[in-house]
Amino acid sequence: MDTDLNSQDRKDLDKFIKFFALKTVQVIVQARLGEKICTRSSSSPTGSDWFNLAIKDIPEVTHEAKKALAGQLPAVGRSMCVEISLKTSEGDSMELEIWCLEMNEKCDKEIKVSYTVYNRLSLLLKSLLAITRVTPAYRLSRKQGHEYVILYRIYFGEVQLSGLGEGFQTVRVGTVGTPLGTITLSCAYRINLAFISTRTSGEDNGAAYPSVEDSQEVCTTSFSTSPPSQCVFTVTKAHFQTPPPVLMDTLKVPMMGLAFSHQLSSSRLSYQPAALGVGSADMGYPVIFAGGLNAAHPHQLIVPGKEGGVPPVPSQPAHGTQADHERMVMCTPLDGALYSAATPSSSEDTETVSNSSEGKSGSPHDLLETIFVRKVGAFVNKPINQVTMASLDIPFAMFAPKNVELEDNDPMVNPPDSPDVESPLQGSLHSEGSSGSSTGNTHDDFVMVDFKPAFSKDDILPMDLGTFYREFQNPPQLSSLSIDIGAQSMAEDLDSLPEKLAVHEKNVKEFDAFVETLQ
Amino acid sequence: MNCRAEVLEVSVEGRQIEEAMLAVLHTILLHRSTGKFHYKKEGTYSIGTVGTQDVDCDFIDFTYARVSSEELDRALRKAVGEFKDALRYSGSDGIGQISLEFYQKKKSRWPFSDECIPWEVWTIKVNVVNLANEQERQICREKVGEKLCEKIINIVEVMNRHEYLPKMPTQSEVDNVFDTGLKDVQPYLYKISYQITDSLGSSVTTTMRRLIKDTLAL
Repeated sequence: MDTDLNSQDRKDLDKFIKFFALKTVQVIVQARLGEKICTRSSSSPTGSDWFNLAIKDIPEVTHEAKKALAGQLPAVGRSMCVEISLKTSEGDSMELEIWCLEMNEKCDKEIKVSYTVYNRLSLLLKSLLAITRVTPAYRLSRKQGHEYVILYRIYFGEVQLSGLGEGFQTVRVGTVGTPLGTITLSCAYRINLAFISTRTSGEDNGAAYPSVEDSQEVCTTSFSTSPPSQCVFTVTKAHFQTPPPVLMDTLKVPMMGLAFSHQLSSSRLSYQPAALGVGSADMGYPVIFAGGLNAAHPHQLIVPGKEGGVPPVPSQPAHGTQADHERMVMCTPLDGALYSAATPSSSEDTETVSNSSEGKSGSPHDLLETIFVRKVGAFVNKPINQVTMASLDIPFAMFAPKNVELEDNDPMVNPPDSPDVESPLQGSLHSEGSSGSSTGNTHDDFVMVDFKPAFSKDDILPMDLGTFYREFQNPPQLSSLSIDIGAQSMAEDLDSLPEKLAVHEKNVKEFDAFVETLQ
Repeated sequence: MNCRAEVLEVSVEGRQIEEAMLAVLHTILLHRSTGKFHYKKEGTYSIGTVGTQDVDCDFIDFTYARVSSEELDRALRKAVGEFKDALRYSGSDGIGQISLEFYQKKKSRWPFSDECIPWEVWTIKVNVVNLANEQERQICREKVGEKLCEKIINIVEVMNRHEYLPKMPTQSEVDNVFDTGLKDVQPYLYKISYQITDSLGSSVTTTMRRLIKDTLAL
């Protein structure tokens, strides 16, 4: 077939096709980054811009594309495909489009390789630049962020369109005839944007993810403008252990992605990075993926300059799945760690308290009493028997108006001369340790708990934080607020009112001068 | 050689005219522009690099890619602005068309001026609609965006038929094929013209300064 093609032309053609494939991947992936792309024109040829187009090369994308090609070129029956999919923060994912670079057997032997083919490939890339902005996935990719991200996957071999759902549409970007065959670039994109959840296993609704041959290399990278904790997760979908997707939630949306994205934002779901859409596998899922496929490297793409503060990760993916796993584990639990840390702390506190209460019967009651014992110790320097009785009946009863005991006996109203008498050193609340009389309601079965306020060191000093708490937590009631005293003061105030008024009238000038200074 | 003619039709609201026209014209010119030629000895030449940038429309849910050339963008905006003003203030029912014509110059002997031979003409027929409320405008934003997507696909389909293109000129003839006046890119020679249709349906040809200058200048 290529007998008419001299070796130089053959070399040139192979080179053109190879770099065209790489540039195609770059254009597609960059168009799904979620940002506007801008490159500068240069009147002087730089020598490094293939097809006379300023298309930046993201190193990781080039690396993955080369890995997928594995030294081969698109040929008859061997297509290079770029799959674009969407993944929500809850782990639901959906294929949006598949870009295919194919070659058929129709040859154009008369065409000039170094001139015509090159220029037509350049034109085809321009067409790709235009078409990548008009498919529905573009609008979705521009709105990706906290709720969902756009992923890509490159594979080489047979085109798999089953993941696009029913009624997908196809747009042909263009064709270029060459002496070896006709290069065709096309895109198949999804119309039905109903969600397919991958979180549960079980029934197969037929909309299975495309299977990937073992010989095919797959990789998935997420592009997102969301914060680092959300953008670093990576998934390789091509895993045979994946539970078949089950239609969990149908989101009926119009074809255009804009309305779809609106509905996504209105049904915002909390993001849990630990659940990477794989059900119970959670953190282990990407690792399983990586291990299950040949040279499958889930990786993350870091695009410099992206908003959201993408964490610095080496642009070249680490070799070996182990490195990828480590990196992923390092990054993904950023929020998960927070989630997991929050839970045990409170339970630990509770357990500590409950464990310190001995001799109790009935755990919930113990817990309640024990907690109140602590609170008493924290806030009130009261005989424990009194306080615990009150606390059993009414929470925070120590703050309620005291009708049980006389104020004279209230150590906070009439504080003792020396706070040391209270012996707060141990933080204990034995009834012996506090002044004041008891009402006769003693509860000898309570266990004193050492009160250790937060941030305090051991009670070495006489006046420690715990002491401060105990002494000043229950300050004496204001005399003006007490009924009798208040009543007395009111009467006195009324009587003394004329005298006060006379005094004030004498000082009117001073008051006026003061007011003027304020103006 | 017959001139290739393509016709596109869009219905837009008044404030969408400019963006819709620019989206279509820029997409066409993206395909019809190359880098600057740098001729070397022995008849060879090198080609500069064409950059691209995305443009978000304000009144249409649409983004298009255009050539990164401010000069080219200014030229198109000027022409589209004139078309929009003519469409709005002509008193017509809001029907008009704007044409982008690619041509070659053919040298003629003195005293005749060079002949302009079009080889591709893109005509965009515009129908301006009036909307009553904001809800209709929102729907129009999306609908026009979808329509422009279809137009871009149509344009790309035509471009990739690989039909007639002027052959690459020698250094002495490059100005007959390309517009070498821009500093960063080199589109094929083109001209933009427009027509406004009045309410009676007859064509009211407006004066187009560039067209008159090119065809009647001596």
